[in-house]
Amino acid sequence: MLTKRIIPCLDVKDGRVVKGVKFLNLRDAGDPVEVAQFYDREKADEIVFLDITASFEKRNIMLDVVKKTAETVFMPLTVGGGIRNLEDIRQLLKAGADKVSINTAAVKNANLVKKASEKFGSQCIVVAIDAKRSSKDRWEVYVHGGRTPTGIDAMKWGKIVQKMGAGEILLTSMDMDGTKNGYDIELIKKFSESLNIPVIASGGAGNMEHICEAFTKGKADAALAASIFHYKEYSIREVKEYLNKRKVRVRI
Amino acid sequence: MIVIIDYGMGNLRSVQKAFEKFCSNVIVSSSAEDILKADKIILPGVGAFKVAMDELKKRGLIKPIKDSIEKGKPFLGICLGLQLLFSESEEGGKIRGLDVVEGKVKRFKEKNGLKIPHMGWNRISLKFKSSKLKVIDGVEDGSYMYFVHSYYAAPKDKNVILCETDYGVGFASGVHKDNVYGFQFHPEKSQSAGLKIIENFVKL
Repeated sequence: MLTKRIIPCLDVKDGRVVKGVKFLNLRDAGDPVEVAQFYDREKADEIVFLDITASFEKRNIMLDVVKKTAETVFMPLTVGGGIRNLEDIRQLLKAGADKVSINTAAVKNANLVKKASEKFGSQCIVVAIDAKRSSKDRWEVYVHGGRTPTGIDAMKWGKIVQKMGAGEILLTSMDMDGTKNGYDIELIKKFSESLNIPVIASGGAGNMEHICEAFTKGKADAALAASIFHYKEYSIREVKEYLNKRKVRVRI
Repeated sequence: MIVIIDYGMGNLRSVQKAFEKFCSNVIVSSSAEDILKADKIILPGVGAFKVAMDELKKRGLIKPIKDSIEKGKPFLGICLGLQLLFSESEEGGKIRGLDVVEGKVKRFKEKNGLKIPHMGWNRISLKFKSSKLKVIDGVEDGSYMYFVHSYYAAPKDKNVILCETDYGVGFASGVHKDNVYGFQFHPEKSQSAGLKIIENFVKL
């Protein structure tokens, strides 16, 4: 049986990890390569780098980070943030990313998802959807790092990108992100049950029970979390053992 | 010299880095000459079956690949590289493969809420004792490996199945025929268990 994945996510700006990752035993906790190595040892199932570099000139730094990471870490690496076109995707994959995550550029031009999946294969095209609840059972897609509403219904958008060839959806609840109050289970469940491609739950993980719920109630295929791992509130192993006890299949 | 065949598809850097952990002479190449000179050959790849076959043809690599296999050089197909070893695939119609291993490549059926692609960590159950086959020496039965694929290979001769994995159906996640090895999972992305296979292959 396929196991549920636990995915730590790092925000990287100008080649440095932001939100102050506070590990013990790391020479340089701001170095994404070192942090990725740490999670590799911890047996995270994948790792995500989200590039939040603002200036265009500095974007090449990320390619270098990806290259260095791929040299030493033998686990799947997804890179997202600021990807605009096929050439950006090609460069990241060439540098050693296994998957890329597209968000704003896909909303601007859905055809990019189609072209990218045809060219590089669906397996490496993740579409990130930032969704904010607009009514009881409706969510709206936001872009530009969650700043700009689009008027697009998130569930409809999920179905469109699935049809366009997305291999996976990284689904972030804008309402829950950063709150540590748990994932938006209704959102996750709606997506997981309506789509045939895997759904990664994101936004709101504050404890192990939240992660467990994303799988048991939300039916997610993977759970992404940032701060609870970075601040060593829980280790990956601890979370997996917790899940295992609750009959969620994980790789231990 | 180990040659990783570059036919314009997929991320070869991580494959190369994983092999370089155990061998200092690893090159990525799309030249027939290099393939013929190689001691060992890796056929990686992600993406579509038909595009991959077309790219191999365009580069004139089919004959050197088949010749090298016939000569008995250790040959390893990874992911799409395993599927290409088979006779044909139903991906994009009915497309001929390299036909080194008899059988078909089929798509997983979308039923019982099964997500496609099969993406993530799943177990392999070994059909050979790991002490009996060098490439899996030291690899535990039931090890987790990293998979990303929507199609799987169904060999005609069940004896070529090296390991199986369950995803709605039990499918051949590894095949072995003489000097040819193929894995549906990505050993280069499967942390220590995957690296063990790579190390073993390098030492063959």
